[in-house]
Amino acid sequence: MTMKKVFSRPASLSKTPFHYCPGCDHGVIHRLVAEAIDELEVGDRTIGVAPVGCSVFAYDYFNFDFNQAAHGRAPAVATGIKRTRPDSIVFTYQGDGDLAAIGTAEIIHAANRGEKITVIFVNNAIYGMTGGQMAPTTLIGMKTQTSPYGRDASTAGNPIKMSEMIATLESPVYVTRVTINSVANLMKAKKAIYNAFKLQKEGKGFSFVEVVAICPTNWGKKPADSHKWLTENMLPVFPLGTFKDTLGVEKSA
Amino acid sequence: MSSKVERIILAGFGGQGVLFLGKVIAETGMHAGKNVSWIPSYGPEMRGGTANCSVILSENEIASPMVTVPDTVIAMNRPSVTKFNQKIKAGGMLMYNSSLIERQEFRDDIRLVEIPANEIAEELGNPKVANLVMAGAYSKFSKLITFDDLVACLPGLVKGAKKEMLDINLAAFKKGFDYVEEKKYMFGRYVYSVFKGI
Amino acid sequence: MAKVLMKGNEAIGEAAVLAGCRYYFGYPITPQSELPAYLAKRLPEVDGVFVQAESEVAAINMVYGSGSAGARVMTSSSSPGISLKQEGISYIAGAEVPCLIVNVMRGGPGLGNIAPAQSDYWQSTRGGGHGDYRTIVLAPNSVQEMADMTITGFDLSDRFRNPVLLLSDGVLGQMMEPVNLPEPHDYNINSKKWALGYRGSDKNERNLCSSIFLDNDELEEHNWHLYQKYQVITDLFSKGEYKDFAVEEHLCDDAEIILVGYGIISRILKTVVEKCRKRGIKAGLVRPKVLWPFPTAVFERLAKTASQFLVVEMSCGQMVEDVKLSVDGKKPVFFFGRTGGTVPSDFEILNEVDKLVRPD
Repeated sequence: MTMKKVFSRPASLSKTPFHYCPGCDHGVIHRLVAEAIDELEVGDRTIGVAPVGCSVFAYDYFNFDFNQAAHGRAPAVATGIKRTRPDSIVFTYQGDGDLAAIGTAEIIHAANRGEKITVIFVNNAIYGMTGGQMAPTTLIGMKTQTSPYGRDASTAGNPIKMSEMIATLESPVYVTRVTINSVANLMKAKKAIYNAFKLQKEGKGFSFVEVVAICPTNWGKKPADSHKWLTENMLPVFPLGTFKDTLGVEKSA
Repeated sequence: MSSKVERIILAGFGGQGVLFLGKVIAETGMHAGKNVSWIPSYGPEMRGGTANCSVILSENEIASPMVTVPDTVIAMNRPSVTKFNQKIKAGGMLMYNSSLIERQEFRDDIRLVEIPANEIAEELGNPKVANLVMAGAYSKFSKLITFDDLVACLPGLVKGAKKEMLDINLAAFKKGFDYVEEKKYMFGRYVYSVFKGI
Repeated sequence: MAKVLMKGNEAIGEAAVLAGCRYYFGYPITPQSELPAYLAKRLPEVDGVFVQAESEVAAINMVYGSGSAGARVMTSSSSPGISLKQEGISYIAGAEVPCLIVNVMRGGPGLGNIAPAQSDYWQSTRGGGHGDYRTIVLAPNSVQEMADMTITGFDLSDRFRNPVLLLSDGVLGQMMEPVNLPEPHDYNINSKKWALGYRGSDKNERNLCSSIFLDNDELEEHNWHLYQKYQVITDLFSKGEYKDFAVEEHLCDDAEIILVGYGIISRILKTVVEKCRKRGIKAGLVRPKVLWPFPTAVFERLAKTASQFLVVEMSCGQMVEDVKLSVDGKKPVFFFGRTGGTVPSDFEILNEVDKLVRPD
């Protein structure tokens, strides 16, 4: 009787151990990306673009070509790569500071041009790498290093809802928000990421997956408590769901 | 006017086609085997106000393409005369569009050539070719380009233009050239005295 | 090929196409907008890509992406836009990605105006962005050179995996002169083994394009690697195959006063030198065609024979510092400049020369 391997490292994921904090969601989201690339059999022609933020070293964890972009500019860099090598699968992996603050212009316009790239947007409502400052997605009242009295809408504005904004544009073909706070949601997130890359493989257009995630270290919470806090506090502000699916990829799957 | 080099400033309202007029002269010079340069004013004035460009035709290599002291100013409107009149080299030429610029007391050390460019263009049925009337007139004075050079160069400049348009452009050249010839503008440099009836 | 009367901005565009460039990313700004307009029309004819970006910041980062994927790629702008591109240029230099950046200089600081200027010399030759890096800076003075140096620029950037800056100004961008266009070059996008998406059979590990080295020792090693590359480039221009390309000398051998200028100013200085000679003033002209690496050797040599130098710029005095460093105190170095969009006339420069050679 031979043994059958039922679970292993996806081929697209490198052997480098993650540097992320204990309990961080990045490792799981990386894995979901690698699984989607493997299942679509495009690992040999995928090019990733790493952001500035906690996932600045994302390129260390994948086995395909990577560009490391300046803060917020990943969608512009990805535009350059995809236009140059249109048969490649090009994706950016960005956090909330990178995508929703300093890189707002780049993400909106890449989406509006309908660049045939995939964007994985990890929203944990805080700047992780720089040590826990307020993000554009930080909740009202949430305390961070730079909102020590809690975010005040009258001076710091409200949490910005990127998926909803991007879904208002004509060009994007797929805009969805997922989370990985439970097994059921994890499976939905995996499917969403797969769908996004599948659309790119088929040359369809701009696909955007927002993953609402935790940051136990900078939230000052245990990982399990963080997912509970996410469910109770973040999801009411950032509701899960698909905001745009022009081609009906979710139904066809 | 030196036979080696001709420095020209062409000026008018935006829309009078002075940049194109400069291009016609420069392109013609190039096809006639001369060294040429063309520099436009490109400031905010190009949006609705006045426009001008500097053209040099030369038998030798052009060192500086900037025209500070023009041999000739071709002025299509009144403000252009005001702006450039004093810059013309002593003994140089002011060729002006007398349809829009009244005769007046200009400098007495330059040659004055008045061309009713708008009226001529209107007679041809297209006021827009007033600039090309001036090109034809200029070729009468130039030592570096001829009327035939202008005619030879035109089809390349208005690529894709309809036959009628090409014909009217050529007619504009001819009318400008003939106007100078008929008026015998070869009278001396110090026309100011002529105007004053002395 | 017959000569064509073209604007400097358009000549760059056509030369880029002939050099095998098929990718342009930019944002409109006067006085360089004819260049993107030309390529917006021209690139689709050769199956190329033109993207009008949302900003100069985005444009230079698209260049970074495209260059990292192996393309011959370019962007262009004018002074305020080039300031915005500095972030990307620093990343491109750090990641060693080839590309061509065109600056058609206008007046600054701030919004300044749209008239010609040369006040971005320091920004261009000192790096401009953050970090220890250099860009090769080419300074054309005619429409013909706008075309020729575009091609040289692409060759140099590919050879050294380094950004090349073509430093021009509003006059050169806007003026028309006859141009002999060069023969087209073939460029194979799969010629760079380090590029992202390279698919040659000899590729055995993944390619990475990055400027981050968090470990101190690694970053120091990288910076010294870049420094050594810059030394190789410097040698190439000071004594190697680009020695003659780097600088133009005119009537310097017996010159008592050497006039120094680059770009459009060098054309005016040539007229000034001719006028000086007619008046019996032994004037010569040195015209740096490459601003980094600066052609110091020619000044070291002429400091022995000439008695003084006059640097003329459309700035308050920037390149004059490099001339002073090169002359090294051996002879006096004077400066005359106009700014704000005024191009100095040959008459006023001649007046300055008179003051220096006939001090009364």
